[in-house]
Amino acid sequence: MDTEQAMTLKTPWNAPSIPPIVYWALGVVLAWTALAHFYRESMMILWQWVPHLASGLRMNVLFSVLAIAIGTLLGAVVGALELSRSRRISLPAQWYVQFFRNAPILVLIFFATYVFPFEIRIGTMYLSFPDWIKATLGLALPAGAHIAEIFRGAILSITSAQWEAAASLGFSRSQTLRWVILPQCVKRVLPPWMNLYAMITMSTTLASLVGVRELLESAKNASNTVNRTDFTVLIYLAVLTLFFLYCYPITRFTARLERKYVFH
Amino acid sequence: MPQPYLSPEQRPLVELRNVHVSFGSNHVLKGIDLTVRKGDAVSIIGPSGSGKSTILRCINGLLTPERGEVVVGNTSVHTLRTEAERIALRKRIGFVFQQYNLFPHLTVLDNIVIAPIRILGVEREIAEREARELLAKVRLSDKVDAYPGQLSGGQQQRVAIARALAMHPELVLFDEVTSALDPETVGEVLSVIRQLVEDGMTCLLVTHEMRFAEEVSQQIVFTEGGEIVERGTPREIFHAPRNPRTHAFINALRN
Repeated sequence: MDTEQAMTLKTPWNAPSIPPIVYWALGVVLAWTALAHFYRESMMILWQWVPHLASGLRMNVLFSVLAIAIGTLLGAVVGALELSRSRRISLPAQWYVQFFRNAPILVLIFFATYVFPFEIRIGTMYLSFPDWIKATLGLALPAGAHIAEIFRGAILSITSAQWEAAASLGFSRSQTLRWVILPQCVKRVLPPWMNLYAMITMSTTLASLVGVRELLESAKNASNTVNRTDFTVLIYLAVLTLFFLYCYPITRFTARLERKYVFH
Repeated sequence: MPQPYLSPEQRPLVELRNVHVSFGSNHVLKGIDLTVRKGDAVSIIGPSGSGKSTILRCINGLLTPERGEVVVGNTSVHTLRTEAERIALRKRIGFVFQQYNLFPHLTVLDNIVIAPIRILGVEREIAEREARELLAKVRLSDKVDAYPGQLSGGQQQRVAIARALAMHPELVLFDEVTSALDPETVGEVLSVIRQLVEDGMTCLLVTHEMRFAEEVSQQIVFTEGGEIVERGTPREIFHAPRNPRTHAFINALRN
């Protein structure tokens, strides 16, 4: 209801409001139509490379989803540990957060790639440890640190009265966290979490520097193979467009969630 | 002096002996003695900041006194050291807060069943059936699926009472439960508490509702400056106070 009110305030003449995402989509289509008109030949070549780029992009998506999943698990645990009453537990958690929040992601990716072994022996089994998984870890570790801070802030933002109420009903501290506090954190955590996801997605291109075949690496390949200046311009524009198309809706969705929860 | 034999019915359910609590240099409770018999309603009255709520928090172990003894049933609260021991105690004691403190992310029904299910291990179906009975008792059957944010203060407070009762407590502590309410919703909450007292629930109330305290309590305790100044039947305290400070407090409220 509140959002409806806000809408009517913005468009008092009751014109149907067009979401910005439509303008952007139109803009992208128009820009590419224009490019297709001026660089007809390179555009034909680009079209042939589309499957190659798509398989690259698939890697970035897989990559970012895996990194945010590991990072979220890690962050939820570390964030809760940071708030432990025991300094022996909270201190290492704080060190983890401080260390990884102040480390350049590219360095972490290089570190993970060249320091972690290429396979791990578990009993008689050899578990291979490909570069893209190492690079994922390089992204997940700092993501975990950022998410830990997001969780910590959210947990602290819940009033102590909620802890007291739960304690009075016989909840232990960990049960209170699990059943009362964390569920209330979810909606506060969601917007910054999604922002972080968009950031991680864009950082996945750093993996091209350690030879992972993701979108940027595929584009570099294509550009070197075709070896035409106008094609190079086009293919990097294509990379930027693809990332924009993937990340922009996430940003919009986050903004919408933020607005929704302001009113709650 | 030989202890007189007391049957379980006569033995006090709650007993505080010489309880002292300080927050830093602020001496909040200076030697509180208090007994509550099973099935009684006892009201604690007195000016703000006289330590009334602190007494309640010592009884369910949210606070540990520096000195003195707190006994609830067979449990010596002041000797409890582990979280598990305090949890065992709190399962037996209901606590209703001034600000209701409902869980905002849960519906009314889930607010009531979460502790029985998660803490006592009651099956959801049974817990929900009982929760609906409790909601009928506090006259909120139509709000089962509402969220706390959609309810008035008086309605939230009645849900909070139902939530406390769902744990089948031996004793319910009420901490100024009507102080945050709009005047027109105070009555509905008090009538729920009145019903509870009539049903024989042991209740310890911190309250500013003098007329209500006079009507429902067996014992009134007047506190000021962290001490119990006077105690007695409602008749004694409200109509024939012996202590001049009690007299002044009661008179100030009357005029």
